[in-house]
Amino acid sequence: MSFLFPLAAKSAWNRRYTLGLMLLAIALSSAMLLGIERVRHEVRDGFTQSVSGTDLVVGARTSPVQLMLYAIFRIGGATNNMGWDSALKLAKNPAVAWTIPLSLGDSHRGFPVLATNFDYFRHFHYGDGQALQMAEGREFADVFETVIGAEVAQRLHYRVGDHIVLSHGMGSMHLTDHADKPFVITGILARTGTPVDRTVHIGLDAMEAIHLDWEGGAPMPGLTIKAAQVKKFNLTPKTITAVLVGLKNRAAVFGVQRDIGDDSSEPLMAVLPGVALDELWQVVGVGENALLVVSGMVVIVGLAGLVSAILASLGERRRELAVLRSVGARPFDIFLLLALEGLAVMLAGVILGVILLTLALLALGPFLSAQFGVTLHPALPAAGELTLLLWTILAGFVASLLPGLRAYRLSLADGLTPRL
Amino acid sequence: MSNAAIALRDISFTWPGQHTPTLALEHFDVQAREQVFVSGPSGSGKSTLLALIGGINTAQSGSVAILGQPLDTLAAAKRDRFRVDHIGFIFQQFNLIPYLSILDNVLLPCRFSAYRRERALAQGADLLAAAHALLRSLDLAPALWTRAVTQLSIGQQQRVAAARALIGRPEIVVADEPTSALDSDRQQGFLDLIQHECEQTGASLVFVSHDQRLAQRFDRRIALNEINRCAHAEENA
Repeated sequence: MSFLFPLAAKSAWNRRYTLGLMLLAIALSSAMLLGIERVRHEVRDGFTQSVSGTDLVVGARTSPVQLMLYAIFRIGGATNNMGWDSALKLAKNPAVAWTIPLSLGDSHRGFPVLATNFDYFRHFHYGDGQALQMAEGREFADVFETVIGAEVAQRLHYRVGDHIVLSHGMGSMHLTDHADKPFVITGILARTGTPVDRTVHIGLDAMEAIHLDWEGGAPMPGLTIKAAQVKKFNLTPKTITAVLVGLKNRAAVFGVQRDIGDDSSEPLMAVLPGVALDELWQVVGVGENALLVVSGMVVIVGLAGLVSAILASLGERRRELAVLRSVGARPFDIFLLLALEGLAVMLAGVILGVILLTLALLALGPFLSAQFGVTLHPALPAAGELTLLLWTILAGFVASLLPGLRAYRLSLADGLTPRL
Repeated sequence: MSNAAIALRDISFTWPGQHTPTLALEHFDVQAREQVFVSGPSGSGKSTLLALIGGINTAQSGSVAILGQPLDTLAAAKRDRFRVDHIGFIFQQFNLIPYLSILDNVLLPCRFSAYRRERALAQGADLLAAAHALLRSLDLAPALWTRAVTQLSIGQQQRVAAARALIGRPEIVVADEPTSALDSDRQQGFLDLIQHECEQTGASLVFVSHDQRLAQRFDRRIALNEINRCAHAEENA
């Protein structure tokens, strides 16, 4: 009966404050559901986009996940290094456009130290192919110069021009410092939302320099080489940890991968970063579903609130429903009246939630990006999110049948004279 | 029998979940255009009688015929339709839907019933004109029509409810203690208005009240607790 729609609308308007609060609760919980879904996707994308444009990661033979862990995420250490000769040979491969040598092992107050060369700043990309950018200062040019990631700078309150001392090895306890050879910070990288933010970058020659007077992981007794003297020595590395490789033509990637694996001069391995990252995400991504479950519960709580608010209003409305019965409303009309209200509040709440989230992202997006490296773009719900929202509305519809059924039963039992 | 507006025969009605009948009547008739005063203290089966006349419930045994139409043979939805087509109800209080305007309240039966709508249109140029005419004759000035129903006095609300019961000229008007919330002066005034309007439209009036002072003004008086064989039993229960 079409007359029911304006009736339901006017009835709802009459209770607009209570229903408005419920609408807000539904809006907030669906905004949260959608927001968490966005963050989840963004974190996943951020994770799989910690490196981009790199076609192969090459290192000593180990498991692909292990290689990614230390080459890209700087977690753990390499069990074996690869020879510098192999890196040079790789760079000369005609299919290879560029290489970035990586050498790991030292740390600075818990942050990993990465030794590389100028190619890193030129060729390393992340995200959708964004290049590294300096937030302050310049790249390292001399031996004892360093460029630090955004998070290192923020956490340790470092500025360009500050001096820092590196420690031998990873971890935070009982590390021996390279105290005799301090570094000066020449640059701070802009935030990327990738492990680059947590990295202290030095040159490959610097890595050699701080270990000149070391042997087997410890300073050689009786031998000290002063910082000023290191340039007299050959600072070309003998081994490095890994090489990132960019190809001239991506189609050649499997051929080059096989060539590297088959090279008899040194047992090496080349992995495709996308494949290995997906594999790695399987391991670390289990927490993402927990997030979704939590936000699902928030929606359920919001729904329960809506249903209980409508049910509570029924007590006061029994007289009104009896009057409607007296002028010809069927019990089913009464059911529809209540069910429509719940469904409408649910629909409006979800739409308001999408709008709220979009406004929040517009307002807070730049802050989130700068502070946490999570870039959330205000956008219309994607297909997956739309499905999620549809399920939410469906759940709301089912939930709003409850007060409808209750009203149906009440109007059957009450007839024209509610026994209040 | 054919000219009886309401005819109940050998009725026995038991509410679901109860063991003894609430209402047991041999005979209850209201003729067309007749105005009947039904007195019934609480427990006399008054609500049950109204539910049966309105076709909200059907008796387990016996027959209920309204305007010659036996209600027990109609499906529930048909009874709902039949009720709004032919019967106008006025309740004790809280008659009006708070979120509808006064005019929307009056026109409610015309929304649910095409029959009432057509009969209302026969009374005036359009539905609003019909509602206006009724409100005027029930002593509600046009200045009041735009107010929210909650801003009206109880007496005014009851008169709006009377207009709703009367619009579209239903054959039967059932008033369930419509004056109990009014003071005695206004009770008389309200009764005058509603009796007059029912005479005008030719409706039968079933006026239920426990106030015997109003009884003198009716053609016929029925004491429900005397004709209901279960009334006493329920009072003791």
